Amino acid sequence: MKRSIVCRCEDIAEEDVLQAIEEGYTDIEELRKKLRIGMGPCQGRVCLPLVAKILEKKTGEKVAQIPTPTVRPPLVPVPLGTLASEDDEQES
Amino acid sequence: MNRKADVVIIGGGITGCCLAYLLSKKGLDVTVVEKRYLASGATGACGAGIRQQWSTRENALLAIQSVKIFERLSSELGQDIEFRQGGYLIAIHTDNEMEQAERNVAMQRSLGLKVDILEPERLTDVVPILDVKGMKAIGATFCPTDGHANPFKTTFAYADAARKLGATILTHTSVVNLKTTQKAVSGVVTNQGTIRTPVVVNAAGVDAKAIAEMVHIHLPITPFRKEIMATERLEPLFDAMVISFTDGIYFSQQKEGQIVGGIPIPEEHSGFLSTPTFEFLSHMSRTLTRYAPVLRHVNMLRHWTGFYDVTPDARPLLGPVKGPQGFIQCSGFSGHGFMISPMVCQLLAGFIADNKTSEVLETLNLSRFKGKTTDRELSVVG
Repeated sequence: MKRSIVCRCEDIAEEDVLQAIEEGYTDIEELRKKLRIGMGPCQGRVCLPLVAKILEKKTGEKVAQIPTPTVRPPLVPVPLGTLASEDDEQES
Repeated sequence: MNRKADVVIIGGGITGCCLAYLLSKKGLDVTVVEKRYLASGATGACGAGIRQQWSTRENALLAIQSVKIFERLSSELGQDIEFRQGGYLIAIHTDNEMEQAERNVAMQRSLGLKVDILEPERLTDVVPILDVKGMKAIGATFCPTDGHANPFKTTFAYADAARKLGATILTHTSVVNLKTTQKAVSGVVTNQGTIRTPVVVNAAGVDAKAIAEMVHIHLPITPFRKEIMATERLEPLFDAMVISFTDGIYFSQQKEGQIVGGIPIPEEHSGFLSTPTFEFLSHMSRTLTRYAPVLRHVNMLRHWTGFYDVTPDARPLLGPVKGPQGFIQCSGFSGHGFMISPMVCQLLAGFIADNKTSEVLETLNLSRFKGKTTDRELSVVG
């Protein structure tokens, strides 16, 4: 079956987003929680603009009006060992 | 908007949606009012754990009965809530903790729960990646039927089931005021209009205190910011949730493979500040890699905050209050609302629809704080 991938991290296709919108998940935060879009390593850089575009097409709400989900730090993945390191002071 | 309902529930989290489902099933006309989107508060930020190992009898009872409901919930609601029973492993670090664990286990067993105290060398049988020396454990308690479920999917499944039974769920709608006449509630004023109703359920989580103030009821609820993090997805490594009351840490591996966990922030303060802190990340990473050193190579992906609505004895506030009739509390869950929500809501639904009360509802009424010392829940993490 041909699928147009919207979210590479979580393997979510356009069809999945459309179906969730049909089911009534029209808030981008709800879609995120339903489909896990934006929860992968890219933190939504790839999928969220696409999902906003799909939402605009389906609901008529302009992309500019659709809020971006809350930012979850860090912006790039960081190994736990680095975060746990006690060497901050020596490095600076 | 000009509406009426048999019951208005304030708050579209797990308890609000579960209660909406149960009351609709009993034939009542229910409206849920949620100021943001479903599961946007504590439910959606929580650690997803479902634990029956508590120190107070009421919490243990509520959790044991809730697990029985969780076990059949996916088929009842027709949606997969991703409930999995991998158990909870509670590390024991000191002789005092061992004594408390023995008391807890005796009480929990008297309620029919299967729970054991493990020798230190048995901990890695349950969670192979643990470093028992590093975590300084002298043993652990383990209950194999504890587990976790997906809080979003559970909330959405309850909401969908409630809608199918005729409930109205209004998101992006805030409560502005409560109306009362002759000592009883009569309506809920929202930013979209007024809903006339004889019963209002306050399931607003950390905002429950502000809602109750609208009818001059003071709820002893303090908001505490809690932080939590998720790693990248990994192959399945372990099934149990690992927690420690000494270190305050909890972590588990979720269905998709990510490890999710939290720990109290050093120098924690109460309040509504919601920004994540680096102190948490540093403290969490150090403790987590001490418990499971192999995880130091694993990437941390995301980190977020949520709120515990904490009561003086860390137990929920349930049922009616001395004040306007029809004003029902369903709040103060103190960080463990998701896991006991099915049974809490069943008791409240019985009270609202059939006027049935119960030992648990009476014990957890707001009146327990009136000049009495209450039995405090000791088994709290995060």
